[in-house]
Amino acid sequence: MMDRYSKLQIVGIYAAILVFLTFILLPFFEMFMASLRPLEHLFRSPYQFWSDDFSFQAYSDMWVTVPLLGRYILNSVFIAGSVTVLTMVFVVPAAYAYARLDFPFKSASLGMFLGVNMFTGAVLLIPLYRVLSTLGLLNSYWAMIVPGIAFLIPTGIWLLRSYLEKIPVELEEAAYVDGASRLYTLRRVVLPLAVPGLIVVSTAIFIGAYAQQFLFAITFNQTREYQPLPAGLFEFIGYQSVTWNEMMAAALTGVLPVMVIFLFLQKYLVAGLTAGAVKE
Amino acid sequence: MTDLASTTQRKRRSLPEAWFAWALIAPAVIFILVIVAWPLVETFRLSFTDARLGGESYVGLENYTDLAESKKFRQTIVRTFYWMFLSVFLKLILGLVGATLLNAAVPGRGLFRVLVMPPWVIPMAIGMIGWLWLYNGAFGVLSGTAQQLGLIGKAFEFLAYKRSAFYSAVVADVWVGTPMVTLFFLAAMQGVSRDLYEAAWVDGAGRWYRFRRITIPQIMPVIVSMALLSAIFTFNSFEIIWILTEGGPRSATTTLIIDTYKTAIGNFKFGEGAARAVVIVFLLAVFSLIYLFFLNKVNNHYGVK
Repeated sequence: MMDRYSKLQIVGIYAAILVFLTFILLPFFEMFMASLRPLEHLFRSPYQFWSDDFSFQAYSDMWVTVPLLGRYILNSVFIAGSVTVLTMVFVVPAAYAYARLDFPFKSASLGMFLGVNMFTGAVLLIPLYRVLSTLGLLNSYWAMIVPGIAFLIPTGIWLLRSYLEKIPVELEEAAYVDGASRLYTLRRVVLPLAVPGLIVVSTAIFIGAYAQQFLFAITFNQTREYQPLPAGLFEFIGYQSVTWNEMMAAALTGVLPVMVIFLFLQKYLVAGLTAGAVKE
Repeated sequence: MTDLASTTQRKRRSLPEAWFAWALIAPAVIFILVIVAWPLVETFRLSFTDARLGGESYVGLENYTDLAESKKFRQTIVRTFYWMFLSVFLKLILGLVGATLLNAAVPGRGLFRVLVMPPWVIPMAIGMIGWLWLYNGAFGVLSGTAQQLGLIGKAFEFLAYKRSAFYSAVVADVWVGTPMVTLFFLAAMQGVSRDLYEAAWVDGAGRWYRFRRITIPQIMPVIVSMALLSAIFTFNSFEIIWILTEGGPRSATTTLIIDTYKTAIGNFKFGEGAARAVVIVFLLAVFSLIYLFFLNKVNNHYGVK
């Protein structure tokens, strides 16, 4: 009853939601419209909202105009995938330690991890450039993967820790009583129980890794064959004649992998990410 | 009985516990030390040198005194803080409005919730390509529609003028940040106990009153922590400005991060760039400390531990 709205209120709510969503979705809508317009109509003056000959031509032409497009998308997925797997390797044991164990310097070291979130790569680019150059990693996939991992470890630990804390500790204690070692308990008791949490955290890391590639790619990598999609597309903006409709088509195609993953897991993802915002 | 069991276990496990824990966190700690902490120290060292591509030599505080004397740099700092406060303020307002709307018990809200998220999920760089197009005078929908409505006489290039470029970049930044803020506020709102609302409702409190006196105080800790998080993101935000304007026109959108990047990576002046990076780290640290202090107060005030 408390939630009952009058007709007028309902109209108002929907209208406001419409305005809000228009703001959020306008760039996507505009990109989609631009991708459908034949190139010569894009520059038609005066401005026309509707072109009479929309087509999906750009979606097939783009593979020819940008021969590396498929490669860019694969690179993006490959880099984000590698970052995810490697980050999880670092995150899982650390998150377990913070969730379950008591040890000196626990909060100090956790604070250090969270402090990393204060910086973005941009502040550390100069020495990072030299570190990567010393290690001989510039202009390779590693140039984008290594810094990517570093900046996702803190978030990963934070998210997984709060998930692990919710697993009842009695199961582990039962395993100890039966004489299981710590490592065995972690592998055979905790990790299987944590699978949903592991999926949420690795999805979050994948999305983060997919999103953060631009800066590292334009700074640490000059090899065109290794560029991820955002950097590959950015290079095109500088060209003399940009086939904008194909570029929009390429940009939209390029976000498909991450959008698909997101749509499948969005419910768990949002619940997992915002868990800290909800009072227990 | 259970107490006794857990105490004995605690005793049995207490000796190797610390070592085991350290072994578990060691890989992550070492990785962060090499890739983040050491470069940070190195940034401090470089800021006292004139490091370039060729080599480096110690110059003392020269880079810092140059910055202190530079009027342009002072303007950049002011601009960065203005950029941050304006953007964060708008994100919080929009996030509150958005979360309240999505929290309303109307059919379709599950779908709306999903539709809010794309700007958060996709790479910023790709979203900015969309905004680049929107802001285009000749073929963007904003200038186009305004022309057809007769609001403006001729095509308006949003990114070509100092003032409009700055506010356009703010809007794009707000667009990127709003979904996350909205979703966190929404989650917090859904965590507020219904009993509170029902009690107030029974006492005849209206919607606005319940929002002001129940919702806002209950989610205040989340509002404060989201404000800090988005302030840090916005302060550090690089891609949005870089793709839209590269800091132009005539430095109108050059924030500290852009300035640092241009100096260090664009012009290979590593030493001068490092000094700017140190200023950023210092400002962020001071800002965060002040903020955490207030967060503590807020949490105490609203009874969160």
